[in-house]
Amino acid sequence: MTNETACMQFQPKQYKSGVKPVWCPGCGDFGVLGSITKALSGLQIQPENAAVISGIGCSSRMPTYLSTYGFHGVHGRALALATGLKVARPDLTVIATGGDGDGFSIGGNHFLHTCRRNPDMTYIVMDNQVYGMTKGQASPTTGPNWEKGKLTPGGTGINPFQPLVIALASGANFIARTSSSDSNGTARVIMKAIRHPGFSMVQILSPCVTFRPEQRDWKNILIPAPMEATSDPAQAARRLLTDEGLYTGILYVGDRPAYQPKLESSIDNIAELDEEFRL
Amino acid sequence: MKRQNLSIALTGSGGSGVMTTGNMLLEAAAQAGWYGFMGRSAGPQIRGGEAVALLRVSSEPIESPDDSFDLVLAIDPGSMCRFVAEIPLRTDSLIISDAEGGRRSSSLPETPAKVVDLPMKKLAKTVKGGRPNMIALGAVAKVIGLREASIYSILEKILKSKGPEALEASWACVRAGFAAGADLPKFAGPPINNESSQERWSFTGNEAAGLGAVRGGVRFVAAYPITPATEVLEWLASSLPKIGGVLVQAEDELASINQIIGASFGGTPSLTATSGPGLALMTESIGLAVCSEVPVVVLDVMRCGPSTGIATKSEQSDLSIALNGLHGDAPHLVLSPTSVTDCVFTTQWAVYLAESLQTAAIVLSDQSLGQTRAIVNRPADIAFLAKRRVPEQFEEEYYRYAVGDSGVSPMSIPGQAGGQYTADGLEHTEAGAPSSLPEDHFAQLEKRERKINGFDYGEHWADLEGSGETAVITWGSTTGPVREALSRLREHGEDVRLIAMRLLAPERPVEMAAALKSVKRLLVVEQSHSRQFHRYLRAAYDLQAEVRVFNRPGPLPFRPNEIIAQLNTWDGGAKT
Repeated sequence: MTNETACMQFQPKQYKSGVKPVWCPGCGDFGVLGSITKALSGLQIQPENAAVISGIGCSSRMPTYLSTYGFHGVHGRALALATGLKVARPDLTVIATGGDGDGFSIGGNHFLHTCRRNPDMTYIVMDNQVYGMTKGQASPTTGPNWEKGKLTPGGTGINPFQPLVIALASGANFIARTSSSDSNGTARVIMKAIRHPGFSMVQILSPCVTFRPEQRDWKNILIPAPMEATSDPAQAARRLLTDEGLYTGILYVGDRPAYQPKLESSIDNIAELDEEFRL
Repeated sequence: MKRQNLSIALTGSGGSGVMTTGNMLLEAAAQAGWYGFMGRSAGPQIRGGEAVALLRVSSEPIESPDDSFDLVLAIDPGSMCRFVAEIPLRTDSLIISDAEGGRRSSSLPETPAKVVDLPMKKLAKTVKGGRPNMIALGAVAKVIGLREASIYSILEKILKSKGPEALEASWACVRAGFAAGADLPKFAGPPINNESSQERWSFTGNEAAGLGAVRGGVRFVAAYPITPATEVLEWLASSLPKIGGVLVQAEDELASINQIIGASFGGTPSLTATSGPGLALMTESIGLAVCSEVPVVVLDVMRCGPSTGIATKSEQSDLSIALNGLHGDAPHLVLSPTSVTDCVFTTQWAVYLAESLQTAAIVLSDQSLGQTRAIVNRPADIAFLAKRRVPEQFEEEYYRYAVGDSGVSPMSIPGQAGGQYTADGLEHTEAGAPSSLPEDHFAQLEKRERKINGFDYGEHWADLEGSGETAVITWGSTTGPVREALSRLREHGEDVRLIAMRLLAPERPVEMAAALKSVKRLLVVEQSHSRQFHRYLRAAYDLQAEVRVFNRPGPLPFRPNEIIAQLNTWDGGAKT
């Protein structure tokens, strides 16, 4: 990638705002920040033509660290805000970023319905199976036996949410999983996700070294998917249900048309709307 | 000219078609050159259940229900029982009822009014496909002096899609009703006036609000259905695509408010409409719009609360949440239309203000405005068009939240090179970077407050009339009855001042002091059990007059004679 980027107008570093991240040293999100800037550079998207939208949480700080337009909104609502922006401004490249708690717990309903609606945007979820900003509570993707969550001593006892299975069932048009430690590989997946029409879901396993230090080991256990991406939802479902969350790469590529209402006037003058009220 | 008017209630149950009948009558009234309106009240049933159409027609524009009803048409007698409180009657009122009209044995409630029987059900059976509500339509039309030809043209228009047989059956019923009506006592409506050159419109408050929104520049709307706001959204859903706009049906109110924030961030003036429960869900994100300085308009068509309350009936009880429901110090705009027609102006003005001030505006309409269809003079064209301050060029570094004199800082729009920033609900620096420093917090709080308080709202903050030492202060839909009460008093030479507030936040202390100058007695009129408006006035303004409060919860509307009675029971009456 290095040789290619040398002659590009926008280098990855030009997509960084220069604001210093609040993340802990060793946080996987640094790698994701790098991947996003590489992907934007790889696609040579003008910074003013991209908008990165987030909610609340460690990973939701992402927009502030980028030189694109950004919106750091309230907890759980990034996809709704991003949908409004994309529908009103289809010319923009819209990316939503956030974590597992923001996206799958408080924002769960929007996740379902944004997959279903299928707007042309990319959703990057940095999944670390913990609420980091509030200092270590179990999240929807936390396993049942993790006992260090202070709100769930003894473990949650309930099975984790399976975001990619749900994304598929809800209608997402592109589904991928990557590891934050594979910065270039993740960048390549994000590029494809941005280019693919419709709603693209990218789950990035991004370790929380503070509250889940055992996740440092992810880079050793994640496996590049030993098969090509499928466009058959039934096959994708079987794979996603049986890979134990460990396969990385692009896992499903659908061909549903993206949701984008036309924004064209059919009348010349707004005063024509008065007619229906006139006696 | 003295107003000539007539109030008519049509009650029925179980799909008896009273709303259709009411709408046809209102349309016939419009053809006769009359003004008027039709309100509606219903139980919670989706289909069936009792319903009442509440009409008032007049020779002059009117905004208020009258003191009582002249005429009730009960298609079946039992259906009237649920609405006794909503249909006040006099001894010279007339109820036309069908003793055999009910499905089960049912009878009229006790009433002071005269009752006559009209066998609508039986008459309808003489016509193939005939319906009692069309008999009722003919009878009422005859009783109030409408012309057969006018009713025919309306039937033709409304039943066009249902085929010639339906039209024939309805017309036969209407004529039978006209014939039967000949024997009934007459309640003459205003004189028929086909000569008026005045352009008149017919719309509901909800449609009027939708029109105000698009006139103001709104081109993106996110919608989650809720009674009684749904009609605003439905009108916008079909109208926006004609003008290059779009409505998205969202998954919930949390999504609607955030979608409009996103669309507005992208540069498109945006709005959502909801009712109390939806507004409660939206409040966190309305605070986001305030903090991130993204203009949005939220129209709340109020209904009885708390909780699900009475979803189909009106109340002014969302005032407190609209004013104070946002967490933190979150200055924003709260406005309220004072009539069905004013839904156009106030909504349009709200869009203009939100865009000009880069903040959230909450517009408080209510069920009685929103679901009332009114015949009115054409609303005035207003010059207010959304105009956001956008930077034309960028310095080396762009300060999105620059603390300038007015507090309104130029807002770049995605696509503008050099204007990139992150809009944030976190407290931030002038450049938009998150900050937990006390000086940044203070500077931005000051900025957000100053831009709203320092703006020149002109004379639109309230409707002011009269100059007496007694004043009535009110807001929103209760303005109609108050205005009519005071106009009646004026006809008797009593000058009572009206202060009908349109802008509830930010507070306008200077203007209010001027409006209250030399007022010795102040009557507060509001439709809220806990006196929300009175408490607000006490907290926000210096009320030096002697204050009395005339409040009650929804859904019963205020009537002009009740307001006059309140003034008259004050020592010495209203005269000052």
